[in-house]
Amino acid sequence: MNGTAHEAALERAFRDHRSSVLATLIRQLGDFDLAEEALAEAFLVAATRWVADGEPERPAAWLLTTARFRAIDRLRRERRFADRVPRLAAAEDRTVVLDTDFDPQPIEDDRLRLIFTCCHPALAREAQVALTLRTLAGLSTEEIARAFLVPVPTLAQRLVRAKKKIQSAGIPYRVPAAPELPERLDAVLQVIYLIFNEGYAATSGSSYLRSELSAEAIRLARLVVSLLPGRAEPQALLALVLLHEARRPARLTPEGDLVRLAEQDRSRWNREQIEEGRRWLTTALGDPGDSRFVLEAAIAALHGEASSVETTDWRQILALYDLLARRFPSPVIDLNRAVALSMAEGPAAALVEIERLEAAGQLAGYHLLPATRADLLTRLGRHDEATAAYRQALELATHETERRFLAGRLAASAGKP
Amino acid sequence: MKYLLMIYEREAAWAGLGEEEQGRIFGEYGAYTERLKAGGHLLGGEALQPSSTATMVRVVDGRVLTTDGPYAETKEQLGGFYLIEAADLDVALGLAAEIPSARHGMADIEVRPVLDVPG
Repeated sequence: MNGTAHEAALERAFRDHRSSVLATLIRQLGDFDLAEEALAEAFLVAATRWVADGEPERPAAWLLTTARFRAIDRLRRERRFADRVPRLAAAEDRTVVLDTDFDPQPIEDDRLRLIFTCCHPALAREAQVALTLRTLAGLSTEEIARAFLVPVPTLAQRLVRAKKKIQSAGIPYRVPAAPELPERLDAVLQVIYLIFNEGYAATSGSSYLRSELSAEAIRLARLVVSLLPGRAEPQALLALVLLHEARRPARLTPEGDLVRLAEQDRSRWNREQIEEGRRWLTTALGDPGDSRFVLEAAIAALHGEASSVETTDWRQILALYDLLARRFPSPVIDLNRAVALSMAEGPAAALVEIERLEAAGQLAGYHLLPATRADLLTRLGRHDEATAAYRQALELATHETERRFLAGRLAASAGKP
Repeated sequence: MKYLLMIYEREAAWAGLGEEEQGRIFGEYGAYTERLKAGGHLLGGEALQPSSTATMVRVVDGRVLTTDGPYAETKEQLGGFYLIEAADLDVALGLAAEIPSARHGMADIEVRPVLDVPG
C-alpha cells in the first residue's frame, strides 16, 4: 500500500469503525478512559503496521483485538489488574480465546448501549452532550470546547466528572428495559436535537464549526434510526433535522446576514434533504406514538413543500402547533404558534398571544419575543412601537448575525412614519 | 452495588395529613420494606423523628458547640433512609421511585452510591 492509500484506509477505519469499536471496548473493559486510550494506541499501531502488512481484511476486528491487548498490557504494567478481577478476568478469557477462534467483530448493540449511557438522566444535560460528541461522534475535547465556547479545561473537567459518575454511581451500560425505553430514548433524542440546534440556530461561535455540529447531529440521528429500526421517534427526529438542514443554504446571505423564511430563495433549499426528510416523516407517521418530533417534522415538511410564504398551508401549520402546545406545553412553542397564527389569521390576533406571553414572563430575556412583537407591529403599521420593540430585541440578542439582522430591521422601522 | 436512599420529606405535608392517612402510608412503608426484603435488596433502613428533635454538634478548635436543629429552615428534611443492594443505578432509581412518600409527592429521594472502601 502506498502512503496515500494507507492514510485513506486509516481515515476510513477511523470514520467507519471508531465509535463501534470504542463502544465494544467500553463494555468489555468497563472503563471509558482505558477504552479511549487503548483505541488511540491501536490506531497508532495501525499507522505503522498497515503500511508494512497492508490493511487487514476486517479492520474493525483488528482494531478491537489490538486495543484490547493494549488495554490489558497497560493494566498489567500499572498493576491495576488485580483490582479489577471480575470484569477483566472475563476480558482476559476472551483474549485467550481470541488467538484461536473468537470472533472479535464489534457488536452494533454496543453503540446503542453507549448512547443510552452517555445520555443517562443522572448526568447533567451539558455532560450528556459533551460525552455523546466525544464518544459517539469522535470529536476531540478541544473541538467540543470550541464549538460550545467553553474553555478547554472546563470541558475536560466536565467529561472527567461525567465518566467518574458513570463508574462510581453504577450507571448501567445497557439498553433500557421496555417500560423505561420511551422516556430514556427521548433523553437521547433531546441531546441530538440540542446538538443540531446549537449548530443551526447559532447562539455563538463561527459558522464553520456550527455546520459541523449539525452534520454530527444528523449522523447521530441516522445511527439511532438504524439501531432502533422499529421506533418512530428517531425517524421523526431524523426527518426534522433533515428538513431544517435543507434550508441552511438559504438562511444566510453571502455576507453572512440572516434571511427570514419569507425572503429566502427557496430554489437554494436542498431538495434531496427535503425529500429524504419527508420520506422519514411518512415512515414515522406509520406508528407515530407520542412524539413531539413527529409534529415538529410535519410542520417543517409543510414549509419544505411550499413554494412561497403565501402558498404555505398556514391553517394546517397552526393546527399542528395547537396539538404541540396542548401535548407538550412550552412558552417557545406558544411563541412559534403565535407566528403561525399571524400568518393564518393576521397580526392582530397574534399580538394578543404575544402580550399574554409577555405577561406570563417565562420568556423574559428571550430576544425572539420582542423581535416577534416588533414584526407584528410593523405589519400593523405601528412603527413607533415596532421600533421600541426592535430596540429591546437588539439589547437581548447575543449572536452577532442576529444582532446585525435586528439592527437592520430597527433602522428600517425607525425610518418609517 | 450499595446505595443509600435518603428520603427528603416535606414535613409540613406529612404533618398536614390526618391520622388515618398517616396510618395508611405507614402500612405502605411496611409492604414496601417487605418487597425490598423479598427482592434481596434490603440492607437496612429507618424512619427518623421530625427535624425539630435534631441537635447539631460542631467541633471548633477542639471546643464542642451544640445547637438546636439543622442549620437552615428548609422545607425538606431527611425523614428516613434505606440502605439497599442493587445491580446498578437504574435498579436503584426504580426502587427509589416506589418509596411511598415519593409516590405521594411528599418527598424527594436522593440516591447515593456507597463508597466502597477496599480492605
